[in-house]
Amino acid sequence: MNDDLTMQEASESANMTDSAPTDMASEASTPKMTARNVNVFYGDKQAINDVSIDVNMDNVTAFIGPSGCGKSTFLRCMNRMNDTIPIARVTGDIQLDGDDIYAPKMDVVQLRARVGMVFQKPNPFPKSIYDNIAYGPRIHGLATGKEELDNIVESSLQRAGLWGEVKDRLHDSGTALSGGQQQRLCIARAIAVDPEVILMDEPCSALDPIATAKIEELIHELRGKYAIVIVTHNMQQAARVSQKTAFFHLGTLVEYGETTDIFTNPREEKTRDYITGRYG
Amino acid sequence: MVNTGTEHTVKAFDSDINELRGMVAEIGGRSEQAISKAMRALENSDLELAEEVVREDKLIDELEKRIDELTFQTIALRAPMADDLRELIATFKISGVVERIGDYAKNIAKRVPLVTTAHRLTPISLLPSMSKIASELVRDSLDAFARRDADLAMEVNRRDQIVDDFYNSIFRAVITHMIENPKDIGEAAHLLFIAKNLERIGDHATNVAEMVYFAATGEPMPERTRGENPTTPVDEAPIDGED
Repeated sequence: MNDDLTMQEASESANMTDSAPTDMASEASTPKMTARNVNVFYGDKQAINDVSIDVNMDNVTAFIGPSGCGKSTFLRCMNRMNDTIPIARVTGDIQLDGDDIYAPKMDVVQLRARVGMVFQKPNPFPKSIYDNIAYGPRIHGLATGKEELDNIVESSLQRAGLWGEVKDRLHDSGTALSGGQQQRLCIARAIAVDPEVILMDEPCSALDPIATAKIEELIHELRGKYAIVIVTHNMQQAARVSQKTAFFHLGTLVEYGETTDIFTNPREEKTRDYITGRYG
Repeated sequence: MVNTGTEHTVKAFDSDINELRGMVAEIGGRSEQAISKAMRALENSDLELAEEVVREDKLIDELEKRIDELTFQTIALRAPMADDLRELIATFKISGVVERIGDYAKNIAKRVPLVTTAHRLTPISLLPSMSKIASELVRDSLDAFARRDADLAMEVNRRDQIVDDFYNSIFRAVITHMIENPKDIGEAAHLLFIAKNLERIGDHATNVAEMVYFAATGEPMPERTRGENPTTPVDEAPIDGED
């Protein structure tokens, strides 16, 4: 009797697995970006030391660590923002969907559309709200007519949770918005070019708690649609928004794991000291 | 460089944690003392001492409230993480469990006036040894907390079996005595409840030990193979100590 039940349960669970859309499941669990043995040098100084990490679609990944630990530097490697710094040199392998992003044939402009970035200080263009969003789709040729562009602007602002607040003043300047609105505008701008990965470098550090909460809620809603990586000094924020957390220290990746494990039972003493506030 | 010591950058956090540790040590000490006083009152039929135990239980209740308040505040204000968080959660739970241990001691003390002639009953001779081990478990579990000693916590958990074995022996001896001396059934029943209280104290000490283990390691304590002995009675509902 018991055996029968077990058999039945087993076949039911097997059926469930079969009927699940397998390609979606594998897409979620396959790393969107992989980094292997990445080193970054600023001149003679090594800023990143042999970092390997995977970033998935189904998780928000948080990078934490003290100032100067390399978390922002590493984030900037993921869409080649370090290319803009002449003395920066990157070695190792970073792939997006299996393609080496540092390969000579990689179009950097295209890469940065696929791997968007949001910065610490909101940096809207000194243009209208509409044009801030429309800029990327225009230069990437994503819209064929005004109607399509309107749709992209609206859906991007919708996704960034800003549409209701700005729909009646799309032609006001983006810089006239509040700090939190500007940051959501920047997220909408990143979304407008239909990226696969969104990198956020301290996106809330210039915002008040309410604006911060709105961004965090937005991150939560965007999870699963984009692979999201967030660098934050605020450990509570990392704990709130992420499912995976990576702790960096002195340019090395000390520990990478489930956010719940990192914050309740970290394996490494350095991680423990940092997250409990014992870091000297 | 990383400071691998235990001090926090924010010193006030350490002073909160140290204050809590002090209070946990105090509530533990008071509970342990309540057990030994209650047992001494029982052995000597000392009604005054028994009353003292009942009176002093209020102090234990007060301490529990203060520990819970400060733990709650510390969690709210300091947002503790990792081992700090585990320790505070453990503190919160331990204070409740230790308060309960105090209640069992009080319950023993309350029975003292009802068993003044019980020294005639042979099973009573086992109670002092049983209470000694139960008290040791309480003390060791709180020492383990103070030192964050997961091994000592495991040890407490293992030694609780001795208390359970005592209870089973006393249970059989009391039943036998009741059958042979029906006129003693009233007093014998009280003795049985006292033994049960001590057995529950042992169980609560292991609860403390389990929380210590969790606070120290971040993992739940591996299960003890208990209750597999068919002669071990199924846990009865705990005797109310608050009456």
